[in-house]
Amino acid sequence: MPMVLAVTEMQDGRLRKTSREVVSQARQIADAMGAEVTALMMTGPANAEEGASLGSCGASQVLLARATLLENYHGELYRQAVLAAIAQTDATVVLFPATSMGRDLAPRVAAARGAALASDCTGLTWQEGGLIAQKPLYAGKVMAELTLTGPLQMASLRPNLFPVRDLFPGQNAAIVPLELPALTAKAVLQEVRRRDASHLDVSDAEIILCGGRGMRGPDNFGLLEEIAALLGGAVAATRAVVDSGWRPHRDQVGQTGKVVSPNLYIMCGASGSIQHWAGMSGSRCIVAINKDPNAPIMQRADYRLIGDLFEVLPVLKEEIARLRG
Amino acid sequence: MKILVLIKQVPDTEAAIKPAADQISVAEAGVKFIINPYDEYALEEALRIKEARPGTTVKAVTLGPAHSAEALRSAAAMGVDEVLLLKTESPLADGLATARALAAALAGDSFDLILTGKESIDDGNMQVGPMVAELLGLACLTVVTRLTVAEENLTAECETDAGLALFTAPLPAVVTCQKGLNEPRYPSIRGKMAAMKMVIPEQSAAVDPGLLRITRLTPPPARAGGKLVGEGSTAVPELVKLLHTEAKVL
Repeated sequence: MPMVLAVTEMQDGRLRKTSREVVSQARQIADAMGAEVTALMMTGPANAEEGASLGSCGASQVLLARATLLENYHGELYRQAVLAAIAQTDATVVLFPATSMGRDLAPRVAAARGAALASDCTGLTWQEGGLIAQKPLYAGKVMAELTLTGPLQMASLRPNLFPVRDLFPGQNAAIVPLELPALTAKAVLQEVRRRDASHLDVSDAEIILCGGRGMRGPDNFGLLEEIAALLGGAVAATRAVVDSGWRPHRDQVGQTGKVVSPNLYIMCGASGSIQHWAGMSGSRCIVAINKDPNAPIMQRADYRLIGDLFEVLPVLKEEIARLRG
Repeated sequence: MKILVLIKQVPDTEAAIKPAADQISVAEAGVKFIINPYDEYALEEALRIKEARPGTTVKAVTLGPAHSAEALRSAAAMGVDEVLLLKTESPLADGLATARALAAALAGDSFDLILTGKESIDDGNMQVGPMVAELLGLACLTVVTRLTVAEENLTAECETDAGLALFTAPLPAVVTCQKGLNEPRYPSIRGKMAAMKMVIPEQSAAVDPGLLRITRLTPPPARAGGKLVGEGSTAVPELVKLLHTEAKVL
């Protein structure tokens, strides 16, 4: 039976949520192909029993690549594990999460195997022997449909867009060890510096508050941080803010930053340039708070409030605290 | 030290992009083109290494249509020593086909370091850097925000979802550059004048049709007209109510 390989990702010893999204989508593709799903788990020597739970999303087995060298992501080493998993399962479709890991790893594997790769897909189906992928181009100014061909086809899936499906509640997948080759690499990982584990990256957030130049200075972002904390959300910034050094680049949303699609995106004192819009227009609900009723974002947001941020935001914080009470 | 910088010409970030009549390419009329912003970090980093290490040469190469020569002209104005246009009219949708064409064209040359942007802002694939490395059998470090190059190896800080990963790697290697690595310079007037007169060397490049093609381009879905909730802080309770009960996002 043909095989779809779903490459999963661990963080701090646990499966990232996006891993379940990839396995769930792999199941959809496998159903259309008449195939089975193998999930690949790459991890250090620690306990990996959590992998069995991928059965509920549709994995019929979990290949476990366990080695001290796989404790942290390393492109050359993980590449060898994925290539071994493709060989061991005869997979004809391989899906990755389009995380920093997946976006580094998938091109290496695709080039090693001469396979087509669609990156950062927002939709994926199987039609007449091939993958059809949807993805934004120019950070969302245009949507593309891509058609893949060839005996081995690959795609990476944008996190937070594909649903996690609990198809077989409580069902465990069998964990099978992956026969790993001797792992070797040219590059040597010297150190991993984690950000504060409580820091939620804008790419992972369901709710984002974004500050523009109207925030007037870095200290005022504390207000956005407080509201984000109440909502379990993250704070993003426009390019102007990042270029002024008020916020780190990893928080930048837009054509030269991250492209996000949260449930709720609240723009505070940002005009909504074409570049910024490209990075966040896929959000389910967009709110704009701006004192300038003629700012471009005030023509496009779902809910608009005209007003001074420094009067509006403290009240917004109170109201949200009351709602969440 | 010989450094190669792979650059791409892309539409300006200001440009409104629309599908062309064929619905598989974008309308180029009126679109201004620039060097892919992430490739500018790669160019700048190469020039800084050259300034720090006498005897270093920097070559910028692009694969693309005839008008990509202008991106190389801008690179020359910044101060690179040599440029080359690998000319093709083929669409460059398949990252692997692009990487193969680049690797084939570079096969006769050797470099100590290959720099490029972490992604191009047009298709945003993040494929070509690591694919070229794979095809050439080189180490590859991606999304790099700090780079130190020594005689035979390099140290790079790579940005990841969780934080930073610090790698060392032997040269030659491929490095893809992220914002934060440096501040790209503006070309000097003299550099611009010299580049303006330059004849951009070119050779035609064979690009395989590849295994991935664009079969349709469409404008992004339009958003339904929004709602003006009100003015000032007195409108906030109504906004929160709408987000809770109507949009159901709070």
